[in-house]
Amino acid sequence: MVNENVTEPVVPVETDHFNRSGASVTLEKLDKHFNTVVAVDDVSLAIEPGEFITLLGPSGSGKTTTLMMIAGFEIPTAGEIYIDGTPIVTTPPHRRNIGMVFQNYALFPHMTVAENIAFPLKQRKVPKASIAQRVAGVLDIVSLPGYEGRYPRQLSGGQQQRIALARAIVFNPRVLLMDEPLGALDKKLRENLQLEIRRLHEELGITFIYVTHDQEEALVMSDRIAVMNQGRIEQLGSPIDLYDRPNSRFVAEFIGESNFLDGTALDGGDHVNPVRVGDEVISAVGREDVTSGMAVVLAVRPEKLSFAEERPEEPLAPLNRLGATVREGTFIGEMRRYVVETERGLRLTLKQPLRYGIRYYEPGDRVELEWHVEDTRIVSIATD
Amino acid sequence: MAESTASVPVTDQLERAGRNRATLARLRRQVQLRYIAVVIPLVLYLLFFYAYPVIAMLFRSVSEPTWSLTNYSHLLRTNVYVHVMWITVWISIVVTVCTLILGYPVAYLISSVTTTKSNLLIVLVLVPFWTSILVRTYAWMVLLGRQGIINELLQSMGIIDQPLRLLNTRFAVYVAMVHILLPFMILPLYSVMRGIDRSVLLAAEGLGARPRAVFTQVMLPLSLPGVAAGCLLVFILSLGFYITPALVGGPKDLMISVLIAQQVDLFNWAFASALAAVLLVGALLIFVIFNRILGVEKIFGEVRS
Repeated sequence: MVNENVTEPVVPVETDHFNRSGASVTLEKLDKHFNTVVAVDDVSLAIEPGEFITLLGPSGSGKTTTLMMIAGFEIPTAGEIYIDGTPIVTTPPHRRNIGMVFQNYALFPHMTVAENIAFPLKQRKVPKASIAQRVAGVLDIVSLPGYEGRYPRQLSGGQQQRIALARAIVFNPRVLLMDEPLGALDKKLRENLQLEIRRLHEELGITFIYVTHDQEEALVMSDRIAVMNQGRIEQLGSPIDLYDRPNSRFVAEFIGESNFLDGTALDGGDHVNPVRVGDEVISAVGREDVTSGMAVVLAVRPEKLSFAEERPEEPLAPLNRLGATVREGTFIGEMRRYVVETERGLRLTLKQPLRYGIRYYEPGDRVELEWHVEDTRIVSIATD
Repeated sequence: MAESTASVPVTDQLERAGRNRATLARLRRQVQLRYIAVVIPLVLYLLFFYAYPVIAMLFRSVSEPTWSLTNYSHLLRTNVYVHVMWITVWISIVVTVCTLILGYPVAYLISSVTTTKSNLLIVLVLVPFWTSILVRTYAWMVLLGRQGIINELLQSMGIIDQPLRLLNTRFAVYVAMVHILLPFMILPLYSVMRGIDRSVLLAAEGLGARPRAVFTQVMLPLSLPGVAAGCLLVFILSLGFYITPALVGGPKDLMISVLIAQQVDLFNWAFASALAAVLLVGALLIFVIFNRILGVEKIFGEVRS
C-alpha cells in the first residue's frame, strides 16, 4: 500500500524503454475564436525539448484552450503548431503521439487499471507479452505496483491520477500535456504529487506542458511559466523572474501578493527612478519605456518590506525608508501580517517572518519601514 | 455546561441517555409510518384495478370451460397460433433493431450538444411521443395508402406507373411501429449517454485510438446499459402492440394482441385469457433474462459510470 501523505523515497526502476528525449513544441501566432469570443489571441511560444513549462492564468485566460489545440481536441482558427519542427495542426489527435492527463483523470471506468494503461499500447499493436511487462514497469514508476486488477472506482483520487499519469507516459510520448491534474485533490496530497510529477519529469526527460490556475503550483514545478490573461501571454519567464520582476500589474497581482502604489515618475530611463507617490518620493528600478512625468504603478511585495529596527547590520544596497503607524497585526502561520499607514495616508501590507524573540508590533505603534530599491518595480505605465 | 453535567451522578446520566434512545426510536418509527401512509392510495388502486383483473384473467384461462389446461394445449397444438407468436417475436426483434440503429446516433447527438440545444431536441423527440398512437397510425395510413401521399408523389415524378401496395403490408407495420417506439429507445440511451464523461472519449483519442476504436472500445461499452434498457422497453412494448399492426398490417401480419382481440370478439374469453397469459409470462421472462445478464434495474434507477 502506498501512503499518499508521505513522499516515499524513489526506488530506482528500469526505465530503459522510455524515451529520454523530449520534443520541442512551437506555437506560432495561434488564434482560437469561439463564435465572437476570442479565447486565444496571437499566442507564440517556443518550448525547449525536455522543458517543464506551465501555462498559468485565471479561468478564461485561454490556457486550457491552448493545451487542447496542442492535443488536437480544438482546431485553431489560425496559426500553426510544430513538434520538433513538424507542423501538426492538421494531424488528428490519435496520430499526434502526445500524452495527456486530464483534471478529472478520464480513466475508462469499465476497464481495470491494467486495461487502462494497456489501452494506448493496444492501439499501437504492441505484442501482448510486452504489454504486461510495460504496464508493471510504469506502475512501479508511479509507485502503485500490484494495482493491475483494480477498477478506477476502487481507487482514491490521488491513486486515480497516478494511473492516468502512467497511462499517459506508457507509450513513450515525447510531450506530456497536463490540464490542472491536481485541481481535484486536497492540499497535502497536491503538494506531494507536485514533487512526484517534478521527479517524473527529471526521470523521463520529456517535455511537460502543464496548465494550472494555482500560482504556487506553477512556481514550485516549472522551468518556465507563461502567464496568460485574456487569451494572450502576459509574461514568460522563470519562476524567480516572474516573482521578482513582474512586467505588469496583472502578473504582480496574480503571482504572490503586492502593494500597488500609483505615482508619477520624476525621471526616466532604466536607471533608478524617483517616483512621487502622494507626498512621498520612492525610488524604483527604472524602465527604458518610462519618461519623466509619466503616470506609473509601483509594486512592492509585502515580505520585502521590513521594520528598520530589526535590521542587524548596514544595508548592502540602497533602501527606501518611510515612517508609518501600525494599524492591524494578524498571525497567519509562518508570518505575521501587518497593515501600516504612512504619515501621509499611504496604506501598505507588510509580512514579518516569525523567529524566536521577534517583536510583535501592536496597532498604534510608530515604526520605520524600509525596503530595497531593487524590490520596487514599475509594473504599469500610462500608455497614452 | 461542563460543570453542570459533572455534578449529576453518572448513573442518572446513563438512565437519561437510555430514555432518550427509546424516544428517538419511537420518532423514527413514526417518520417511517408516514412514508408508508402516503403510498397506500396507490397500492389500493393497483390492487383493485390491476392485480385483481390480471389474476381473474389467469384464473379464467385454467378454469373455463372446465378446470384443465385445455386452453394452453389447444394454443400450442394449433400451428396458426404458434405461427402468430413467432410473427410477434420476429416483428418485435426487427422493430427493436431498427429503433436501436436509428435512435443511437440521435441520442448521441442530443447528449453531445449544449443544454439549450439538447432541450430543444428532446422536445422534438417528445412531441410525437405525446401524440396519440391512434392518430400517428392514421397518419401512416394516409401516407402509405393506394392514393396516399407517397404513391401520388412517386407517380407524379414518373418513377412508378401503378400505385405500390404499401399499406396492409409487413413493411407498413415496421415503419409505423419503429416511428411510434423510437422515443422509448432514444430516452434511455440519452439518459445513460449524458452520464458519460466526454473527456474519457477525448482521452481515448489522445491515447491513439482511431474513431472506430473509440466507439467500439469506449463509447459502446459505456452506453451498453442504455442499449439494454432501450431494447428491453421497445421489445416488450412491441410484443403487446395492438392498434398499429391491426390497422396498417395485412392478414399475414397477425400479432398476438390482435389475435387476443379477435378471440374476445368471438366471446372465447378463456382462450383469449390463455393467450394474454402467454404474452404476460413471455414479457416477464424477457425482463428477467435481460436483468440477469445486464442488470437492467439499475438503469431505471441511478446510472453510475
